[in-house]
Amino acid sequence: MSSLKDNGMIQVANLHKRFGNHQAVNTLILEIPAGEIYGLVGPDGAGKTTTLRLLCGALRPDQGKIEIAGYDVARQTEEARAKIGYLPQRFSLYEELTVLENIRFFAEVRGLKATAWYPRCMEILAFVGLEEFTNRRAGQLSGGMKQKLGLAAALVHEPQVLLLDEPTTGVDPVTRQDFWQLIIRLAVKGDVAVLVSTPYMDEAARCTRVGFMQHGQLMVEGTPQELRQRLNGRVLELRGEPLPLLRSLARADTDVEDAQMFGDRLHLRVGPGTSERVIDRLQALVPAMGGQIASLRAVSPQLDDLFIAMSEPRNG
Amino acid sequence: MAEQVIIAEGLTRRFGDFVAVDHVSFSVQEGEVVGYLGPNGSGKTTTIRMLLGLLLPSEGNARVLDYDVVKQSEQVRARVGYMSQKFALYNELTVSENLAFYAGVYGVRDRTRLDEVIQQVGLRGVERKRVSDISVGWRQRVALGTAIVHRPQLLFLDEPTSGVDPIARRAFWDLIYDLVAGGVTALVTTHYMDEAEYCGRIGIMREGRLLAMDKPSVLKEKALPGLAWDVHAQPLLPALNALEQCACVIRAGLVSDHLRAITPGDVEAEALQARLREAGIEGVRIELAEPTLEDVFLALAASRS
Repeated sequence: MSSLKDNGMIQVANLHKRFGNHQAVNTLILEIPAGEIYGLVGPDGAGKTTTLRLLCGALRPDQGKIEIAGYDVARQTEEARAKIGYLPQRFSLYEELTVLENIRFFAEVRGLKATAWYPRCMEILAFVGLEEFTNRRAGQLSGGMKQKLGLAAALVHEPQVLLLDEPTTGVDPVTRQDFWQLIIRLAVKGDVAVLVSTPYMDEAARCTRVGFMQHGQLMVEGTPQELRQRLNGRVLELRGEPLPLLRSLARADTDVEDAQMFGDRLHLRVGPGTSERVIDRLQALVPAMGGQIASLRAVSPQLDDLFIAMSEPRNG
Repeated sequence: MAEQVIIAEGLTRRFGDFVAVDHVSFSVQEGEVVGYLGPNGSGKTTTIRMLLGLLLPSEGNARVLDYDVVKQSEQVRARVGYMSQKFALYNELTVSENLAFYAGVYGVRDRTRLDEVIQQVGLRGVERKRVSDISVGWRQRVALGTAIVHRPQLLFLDEPTSGVDPIARRAFWDLIYDLVAGGVTALVTTHYMDEAEYCGRIGIMREGRLLAMDKPSVLKEKALPGLAWDVHAQPLLPALNALEQCACVIRAGLVSDHLRAITPGDVEAEALQARLREAGIEGVRIELAEPTLEDVFLALAASRS
């Protein structure tokens, strides 16, 4: 074991992975301590899934080093894997087996001893709230309960690193809330590092730190709050009528970098230090063009505002 | 006065004992973008299938573009575009070939219309690529193209940006709003709050029932029983327990590095602070937060169960 464990339960240095001409992961550095929930977000093909596969040793990097709980994934693959719990996007469980039989299967695959598996399975089922359903067949569970069984299976061997691939795609907001309460409870105990890949900003906003990946590289990282603050004062909310007219007027303004319709309002991203100018100009222009402004004010930027700003070449 | 494009009255569909859609009534005006938000299995797609005349209602009725969905389903389908969740595209065909195929299905023979669609949904430059060789974001545009090739007045979009990143999602919504500016009405089903935020009005579905339908700002004001707070306190779990014990807290939950609490409208930050101090939690920072659609959804779900 190296001393790296003190800094990061997940430690990734200078990672490269190429598929043919495509550089899937490029100079990636990650350091995720226990107790942290790190959200990896980014467009399709940014390298998120490749990164997860490299981390669990399913793919070999061209360059760079990955350590999981102090074990080098390239040289100590088995030891590193023993420390990893992985919940893939499509989790497969045995529909005809009961909840307890499923979890027992995963416990045995993970090498839990005959004397140890039962108490541990009951403990983890209680943690995810399935202790009353141990005898129900997995095929009879609701989507949310299947998701929790998947999480229990990923956690049964008490991993120190939990990798989640788009964990709440397709689940009910109530279940999603429950699921995240479990993940956060697990992380705040301080023994586990969680890495979540997601295309959804409402999931990213629940993470303690977020990294935005594009073209295989990490473009920016920070707490959700730090990231949002980068655009402070640069996102305006415009309400009024008619919205299509307001959108075209806003887009014609040289200091407006982006104007996005949100149903009953527009969000404008403006250049640094230009918000007052933009507000004054639109206040004058809109009525002159036959429109009407109900309100125009600076609002707190959201994570997707930042990522969209980052993904545009002129701001990159 | 804008015309009513969709009128559903007491729309109900049973499958055996299971009520998939339970007396749903709503209307959509011309030029609106209405979101239909709910978890998988809440009856969203069943509603759309009834509105398209693909599935008979067990009870109730609906008119779409002033046609009865049961008796005049062909007239409805000729005027409506449908983009399904699993884009029904031919992977071995090129982008152009897919569009031409759907044009043929709808009896559109005009080549210039195909060119127009390619321009409209931003597929210039990838027309000759096979669908299997393009990304999900591009496929989504092709699927939208196939849904609008016959110039529908109404678009049903079933989870249109499922699985795509925020940048592709925003670009896609730009296209939708361009279509809406041209007079199209859209009904969008989704289980993502992110996506629902793009809609002018949002209906919230749960277990077959439409719990509320209104503008996001009105839902946040009316459907939420009070105020939303961000509570920064350490350690988190004891602070969460303390909040859950407070009589003045309706709901408390973990966000990431902080807590969120919903309270009645007359509760003040000082009161929350005092309760946490009584529980031995010091150094607390409490801020009034903007309510989210998720807060609304959780509040509505709780009030029904």
